[in-house]
Amino acid sequence: MRHTQFAVIAVLVATLGAGGCGKKKPPVARPMPPPTSTTPTNAPPPPPTPVPETTAIPPEPKITDDPLVAGDLDQINKNSPFEAVFFALDSFEVDGPAQQALNANAGILKKYPSWVITIEGHCDERGSAEYNLALGEKRALAAKTYLVSLGIPADRLRTVSYGKEFPFDPGHDEAAWLKNRRAHFVVTSK
Amino acid sequence: MTMTRPILTCLALAAAASLTVRGQQTPPQQTPPPQTPQQQSEVRTVISGAGGNAPKLAIAGFIPLSQDAETVAAAKTIGDVLYDDVAYEREYYMIAKDAVATVPRPASVDKVPLDRWRELNADGVIVGSVQKVAAGIEVQVRLIKVATGESAFGQRYTGPVANPRRFAHTIWDELYKQQLQGRGVARTRLTFSSDRTADLIKGPVASRDVQEVFIADYDGANPRRVTNTKTLNITPTWSPDGQIIAYTSYRPSGGMGTFQDIVLSYITTGDRQTPANGDPSKQNYLPVWSPDGTKIAFTTNRDGNPEIYVMNRDGSGLRRMTTHPAIDVTPTWSPNGQQLAWVSDRTGAPKIYVMNADGTGQRALSADTNCDRPTWSTAPFNEIAYAVRTGPGYDIKVYSFATGQATKITDGIGSNESPAFSPNGRHIAFTSTRNGKVQIFTIARDGNDLRQITREGNNKFPNWSQ
Repeated sequence: MRHTQFAVIAVLVATLGAGGCGKKKPPVARPMPPPTSTTPTNAPPPPPTPVPETTAIPPEPKITDDPLVAGDLDQINKNSPFEAVFFALDSFEVDGPAQQALNANAGILKKYPSWVITIEGHCDERGSAEYNLALGEKRALAAKTYLVSLGIPADRLRTVSYGKEFPFDPGHDEAAWLKNRRAHFVVTSK
Repeated sequence: MTMTRPILTCLALAAAASLTVRGQQTPPQQTPPPQTPQQQSEVRTVISGAGGNAPKLAIAGFIPLSQDAETVAAAKTIGDVLYDDVAYEREYYMIAKDAVATVPRPASVDKVPLDRWRELNADGVIVGSVQKVAAGIEVQVRLIKVATGESAFGQRYTGPVANPRRFAHTIWDELYKQQLQGRGVARTRLTFSSDRTADLIKGPVASRDVQEVFIADYDGANPRRVTNTKTLNITPTWSPDGQIIAYTSYRPSGGMGTFQDIVLSYITTGDRQTPANGDPSKQNYLPVWSPDGTKIAFTTNRDGNPEIYVMNRDGSGLRRMTTHPAIDVTPTWSPNGQQLAWVSDRTGAPKIYVMNADGTGQRALSADTNCDRPTWSTAPFNEIAYAVRTGPGYDIKVYSFATGQATKITDGIGSNESPAFSPNGRHIAFTSTRNGKVQIFTIARDGNDLRQITREGNNKFPNWSQ
């Protein structure tokens, strides 16, 4: 993490120093981290002098190959890094496997601290339509509460319930129902 | 011996035509009461059946007085729709259409061959005519007591020819009131959510169907779309005056999230109001109107948990009705507005509960568990219908306060959910998966006379206009 940040800074410095020789703009989409005491970024921009030969230019792929940084929201959500959190029938209890999924999701949220996500609550077709709107809400809220307990700020976590309106698997068997009782994570902004 | 008086019912037709949702600048108006004919204070002739049985009724049909296609088609439609409207209330024994067809059609409503109707044991016969006039068509109708030849009900209506069904609905509602003091539902409407537009919601997850709010006549005819947000618009309910639909609308809000708003759509003007918008700290859903139209009860998670709240229809006067860490959801008002029924899982599986409108006196209604979506009918029935899990799916049950018993009225085929009473309490609209997709059906409160109302796409969350 820290290593990546220095790499980003180094490329920026290098690009500015080169006087715009790089037509390719580094695709840094997220805000810069606050400068540490050892970085010179508080200083005015470097004068347009030739880059000292000692400055190494890291290969660009180091930055661009994290699609979660470079990609747009649609791309990220289509190949979502988050695990779905599954629930038992008529339940919004975050059980062991659900906790494991949420622990993994919390790790991603900590890695990308600017992300705001929406936790969607979903239900299978065996519940009734109106009650499922509330049950899906309880599932989303239970997932949110668990993430907050892991240190994720509540204001990064939105919830919404779709009841049984949007099944992930249109089937009518246990395998489908299991997939459809879930908290589904969507990146809302980054 | 009722006088036959000409009346204008342009009003009713104008109301139907005014459902064009957008584009009008006129403010929302209270629908003027239907112009019912002045009944002369004479002895009323009532068609009755022999030996206490339901009267036997023949719909002899409507005679087109000119042979142009429009008039002929209107006459046929009015006769067919009137048959369905009358049959719907099951007050009369309907003489079968093929038997009726054996009787030659009279040349006019004044020359009805009573002998032939007596042979069919008809107690009453409805005959009418349709004539082209400057304003559209003039429809004359007469209910004749076969035993004596007396006219028990007679009216003339004029209006545009565009929606002949409306003539039939008006005839039946007025005849039902005049003959049996019944409150007809032929001119009421249903509102519901439908994915029939076949649009997909724009967003990160593919293949999510748009649901828009629709309205249609009680029999499913004349469907019209109310919303056009291409998101999820669900759980619509009618304001008591029939002018406004309140519903749950999902609003994707860029980088902020997706919010559930309660939206009021004025169906005659297209105006919209949002008395309870969602935001990162709260969601709002399942709105229902108080019987006087001044308040809306709904479900919201603003306390971190689904609870029942009541607000004035402009969003002011917010009041929390439930305070329990369990789920409290899907409220409905009693017909006098002094109580609410709703669903709570505070003792385990969800049950139907009842409370006073000030939040006091909360109690379980029946022993049934896994219940959903109560709906409360008017006097003289005063019943609460709800969905209850009976196996793999749900069935509709009707709870009677008079007996303290709940009776199952659907048959376990498919899943049967989301009941909504008709304004006269005699019928229930609900959803069923019995034919595959989710469709809206109606059924009489005693479980008879199942009718499929919708057929296009999936159709959910029905609610019946008052």
